[in-house]
Amino acid sequence: MDAPSDRRVVDLLREDLGLTGTKESCGAGDCGACTILVDGESRLSCLMRAIQLQGRRVKTIEGFAESDALHPVQKSFADHGAVQCGFCIPGMVLAAADLLERNPSPTRDEIRQGLAGNLCRCTGYRKIVDAVEQAAEIHDLEKRP
Amino acid sequence: MTRIHLPETLEEVWSIMDREPGIKVYAGGTDLLVRLRRMPEACESLICIERVTEIQGVTEEGDEIVIGAGTTHSRLLEDPIIQRHAAILCRGLEMLGSPPIRHMGTIGGNVANASPAADSLPPLYVLRAFVEIRSRSETRTVPIDRFINGPGQAQIGPHELLTRIRFAKPRGFGIHHYEKIGRRKAQACAVASMAALVAQSPDGLVEEIRLSWGSVGPTVVTCEEVEDAIRGRTLVPATLQSAAGLVEHAVAPIDDVRASAEYRRLVAGNLLLRLAQYREKAFTAEIAEGAERK
Repeated sequence: MDAPSDRRVVDLLREDLGLTGTKESCGAGDCGACTILVDGESRLSCLMRAIQLQGRRVKTIEGFAESDALHPVQKSFADHGAVQCGFCIPGMVLAAADLLERNPSPTRDEIRQGLAGNLCRCTGYRKIVDAVEQAAEIHDLEKRP
Repeated sequence: MTRIHLPETLEEVWSIMDREPGIKVYAGGTDLLVRLRRMPEACESLICIERVTEIQGVTEEGDEIVIGAGTTHSRLLEDPIIQRHAAILCRGLEMLGSPPIRHMGTIGGNVANASPAADSLPPLYVLRAFVEIRSRSETRTVPIDRFINGPGQAQIGPHELLTRIRFAKPRGFGIHHYEKIGRRKAQACAVASMAALVAQSPDGLVEEIRLSWGSVGPTVVTCEEVEDAIRGRTLVPATLQSAAGLVEHAVAPIDDVRASAEYRRLVAGNLLLRLAQYREKAFTAEIAEGAERK
């Protein structure tokens, strides 16, 4: 697609492509609501401009589950009721995926650090951490031969 | 509308700078794009240097470590050379921002942005780092404390780019310590921070010590008087407490939204007291060894 080089990526996704799963809250890199994966790494779409996506592989929450089944991280969030208002959850899920990619079996403390850039204004962190902990176990099981 | 250039080589960067001297440069965008949010029309064009691979990565050149200015904090944290030789830089960078900020932001950006609260700076000051600044025709290498003159005041010309950061491998420093006091752990600017490299003799005497403080002055603060007060002694609370008194005179903090100047002054001194933990550890080890011998 074509876009002006300085279009903010979050606007490109939400307004031009209608992919409103990516949220904007602070617009300044503090809250993590706009987290996306660029070449598999978590990035903040409010602090990126369209030109930076040239030739890159972008994954938003809409494309996160590659089949009809939920990704283990999503399933675990659902199983734990780790969602209150839901606004932060797309960012939380993608941040958790980035963490598990780097560290497949994190401690609770490492999970908290991995999600430190994502704010939940409902303050539902405990269940979110529980969910990521379980997702890591599933992830681990799936990777075992 | 702002036109954004996305060069992949330094040659392309120089061509853009020839045409548009003084053009603002960003890599991760975690500082500049936040500032531009409040004034979207401020720049007609920008250069994003995140794809200039020539200035990314870490290399060893003899006794020196050379870091490309465009290396992200995440890559530095994972780099075996940095982990082995410059643990203190890791201690600073792991406190910086949050995971996505560390995936985006670069060490060159953190340095050139010249915030007194930058988490890379106190470690780079005690590592006695140099910055390499290049233009199409010239390369100059400047000690980091001469490169930064005040908040946001990096000495860089309209045709220049910060390309590398280099420092001699620190030798013999058993303690690589960085502590940051902030309103919360992640995402918070430091209220005060301190970096320390300390070399102790086997019996716990401080043979060499280098200290620096962030967020308690217009630039990172260093103070030889404080280092002299600790050198030749052990890291016991009494020594550190009296040195802490000197720190309170050496720093020049301000009041802002995060903390008062008075609080910062007190904390800057108190951060030194934390070094006693390393003496205590040495002590416990000695006691354990003694017990084993018996």
